[in-house]
Amino acid sequence: MAQNDTIIKGWQPVIGLEVHVQLMTNTKLFSPAKNKFGEDANTLVDLIDMGLPGVLPVLNEGAMKQGIKFGLATSAKIAKTMIFDRKNYFYPDLPKGYQITQLHFPIVKDGVVDVNGKEIRIHQAHLEEDAGKSMHDKYDNKSVIDLNRSGVPLLEIVSEPDIRSAAEAVDYLKKIHQIITYLDISDGNMSQGSMRCDANISIMRPEAEEYGTRAEIKNINSFKFVEKAINFEIKRQIKLLENGGTVEQETRLYDSVKDETRSMRTKEFANDYRYFPCPDLVPTNISPELIEEVRKDMDELPEEKEARFRSEYNLGDYEAQVLCSEKTTANFYEEVCKVSDPALSAKWIIGEVNALLNKHDVSLNESNINTKNFSNLILKIKDGTISGKIAKEVLEEMWEEGSDPIEIIKSKGLEQISDEGELEAIAQAVIDNNSSQVEAYKSGKDKLFGFFVGQVMKETQGKANPGAVNQILKKLLAN
Amino acid sequence: MNFKEQRDLFRTKKVSAKEAVQESIKKINGDNLNIFINSFQSEALKQAEFIDNNFDKFKDAPLSGVPIAHKDIFCTKGLPTTCGSKMLENFVPPYDSTVIHNCNEAGSVMVGKTNMDEFAMGSSNETSYFGPVSNPWNSDLVPGGSSGGAAACVAADITSISTGTDTGGSIRQPAALCGVTGLKPTYGLVSRWGMIAFCSSMDQAGPFSRDAFGCAALLDAMASYDSKDSTSTERPDKNFENLLAKDFGSLKIGVIKDIDNFGINPDVMQSYEVSKTVLSALGHELKEVDFSELSTGICSYYVIAPAECSSNLSRFDGVKYGYRASDQKDISKLYMETRSEAFGDEVKKRILIGTHVLSAGFYDAYYLQAQKVRRMIKNKFESIFKDVDLIFMPTTLDQAFEKNRESNDPNRMYKEDLLTIPANLAGLPAISFPNGFKNNLPIGGQFVGNYFSEDLLLATTNRIQEVSDWHKMTP
Repeated sequence: MAQNDTIIKGWQPVIGLEVHVQLMTNTKLFSPAKNKFGEDANTLVDLIDMGLPGVLPVLNEGAMKQGIKFGLATSAKIAKTMIFDRKNYFYPDLPKGYQITQLHFPIVKDGVVDVNGKEIRIHQAHLEEDAGKSMHDKYDNKSVIDLNRSGVPLLEIVSEPDIRSAAEAVDYLKKIHQIITYLDISDGNMSQGSMRCDANISIMRPEAEEYGTRAEIKNINSFKFVEKAINFEIKRQIKLLENGGTVEQETRLYDSVKDETRSMRTKEFANDYRYFPCPDLVPTNISPELIEEVRKDMDELPEEKEARFRSEYNLGDYEAQVLCSEKTTANFYEEVCKVSDPALSAKWIIGEVNALLNKHDVSLNESNINTKNFSNLILKIKDGTISGKIAKEVLEEMWEEGSDPIEIIKSKGLEQISDEGELEAIAQAVIDNNSSQVEAYKSGKDKLFGFFVGQVMKETQGKANPGAVNQILKKLLAN
Repeated sequence: MNFKEQRDLFRTKKVSAKEAVQESIKKINGDNLNIFINSFQSEALKQAEFIDNNFDKFKDAPLSGVPIAHKDIFCTKGLPTTCGSKMLENFVPPYDSTVIHNCNEAGSVMVGKTNMDEFAMGSSNETSYFGPVSNPWNSDLVPGGSSGGAAACVAADITSISTGTDTGGSIRQPAALCGVTGLKPTYGLVSRWGMIAFCSSMDQAGPFSRDAFGCAALLDAMASYDSKDSTSTERPDKNFENLLAKDFGSLKIGVIKDIDNFGINPDVMQSYEVSKTVLSALGHELKEVDFSELSTGICSYYVIAPAECSSNLSRFDGVKYGYRASDQKDISKLYMETRSEAFGDEVKKRILIGTHVLSAGFYDAYYLQAQKVRRMIKNKFESIFKDVDLIFMPTTLDQAFEKNRESNDPNRMYKEDLLTIPANLAGLPAISFPNGFKNNLPIGGQFVGNYFSEDLLLATTNRIQEVSDWHKMTP
């Protein structure tokens, strides 16, 4: 069962993730208040979100449809009847003293996602409301609460313990991210908290039949930290067990500054949430008609898009997969293809654009690159106005300034020199000025050809058409 | 004065809304039974003037120009809503409950908010933070609860109609003990939006009046489908007042076999027997039904209601509104001191019971079992209603009792709800009406009907009241 390469010092890590995804609905899960990030504190708060005496929740059907979409995208069972439960605990940013969630009858059950060719099962995905936000460092000696987030719909996606390494956990998380952004049910922004992750981690001997005791790491908020936190936790547990200790079932927090996990709450201090069915909400039936309606309304999934890209734009597996890994990139590519060469566009997005994105750690729509200026760049490469080398320069400039490549090329005089007469004159001058190298070349030092090319490029500040230069030099040197 | 007389005086312009309100206010100011927690006299006079100035608009409204008292469990925008608790002594809601909204629209004028057991937990009105209400018939006795103030208000003739809520009998039991008519509608008929929750799966608001007529008119105003309450039922509106005159013909009325085994007081039993002969004389057929499970309802209720209340009352934590214990240094202290200082003993007791029955390790044994019993009782009712149109039984085991009995014998108090609780567990409508008089105190009988049979309950009660005088007796 275990793949050997995930075994560390004779121990098999076993990992399950709980991913909280904030759904992009117009209004909150049970109130008519707007669901939006980044507004002034307590401006998106209805009576219901404040938990005033006498208020009652009414289910947002939009959130329910988004849950159904996720279920359909992961080949899961959609509940015929879903039931909301109350999870009771006291916390200042939980105005009612309970969270409305789904315990036994969640909207989605028994799903599966493909992660690098391996099936990772989804135990369930359930709808629940988010809590408000406590802030302790805004004022001296005072804590304050922002209820804008109170009641925001969440889909909590609980995996089975099918994950075997930190890297696989990250890949799984990226897969979930891909699915929810493709379905347009969440922006999946981890830094803003619209996607958060808890990881359950245990280790076992590969031959053992039962899982080890697990620790849960709460609220990890980036892909990088998920990997680090899990790796730290695996090492901690191995060290503990190899020194004769035992792993305690507990909740831990990951400290990204110190790169370590710390105990937050042990089992005996665990909350008893006293779950029971929420009497304010009647069991909700989900009809086959509704499921069909949602299915018809669903956007293309990553695999479907990849297949279409392969046939429509004549792309290879790898290219299609990379372009479709994020919906924004895929959409960007399609937009560009309306006016530009598909193969060349693919090459440049996968290569240079992705390199810039990775280097600066931003996403495409946060950058200065847009479909218009990028299409113009491809156009100028395609028609030979600029060389690939110059195009990289132009792209850098676009990245920094957001300016149009045509303008950049014009203002900096970067047009490629393809005029044969002009190039021949420059090449002749290079040959005339380097007679000793010409001697050597002609006596058999073939490698010196590159030297002449370099000199021509130098003279033209890199603007010479490399193909033309090669041809001309070969002709002149053969004389 | 009964409701219909009062409304007719307004409709015929013999008495203005303002004059009617002034009369009620005079009585409120002379009240020594502690019926009101707050009265809103200047607001009421203003509203009465508004109705008088818009006579044509309100003339035909179901409650036109009639003063009304609301149980202090319904949120009133800009006006205090205490729920009988220190916790909400100074709480002023920013919104109106649907019941308040509907009653305002129907042309009634709120003169005040009536006293009640704290968070509607109690059967004697003695758990109110604002002190007990006295029974208008004998001030040494309790009016029943939790809607004790609402029932006493009508019995003492301060207003001709009032609203209450009934979770385990909180309308019907005080109606019986105060000698007025009170109806608990089918769960879902009246919106719970803005009604402070005790046990959400059973809480249901309903009307009090001297007679079935007043209850019908008030129910016409109160009942409406409300998209803000997910448990509200979407169904065509009935006009209960018009349906009072409908001839439902000869009914099969179920009477419970061996009901005297439940420990019913002989005077109450005697009135019950007399009423049975009245029903026969009116042409109805009495049919004995077996309902030995009836008494298990109380066990189920005292698990489910505390369970839900423990969760519903979690929001009262001193953080956002209501009472806050002063000078607390950390959040758990703030919670503990706030809740210790501002909840009364009965509320604390039920929160503790509810927390216990929902705890890991006890949930299956208590909460799940209680839900099974609840389903069993519901099923039993459903099978009985295949054979009969209505069930008739006493409302309470006893007449009004002395104050302070509860502290001596809490279980007896809980048992007081034995005959009212089953309708709440099943979500069925039930009406209590005066059906006897002994020791200078009223006695109540109740009909339980099938789902949404309020028209039948009201018409049948109305028919009895056409041939009897119990509902006309005043203290």
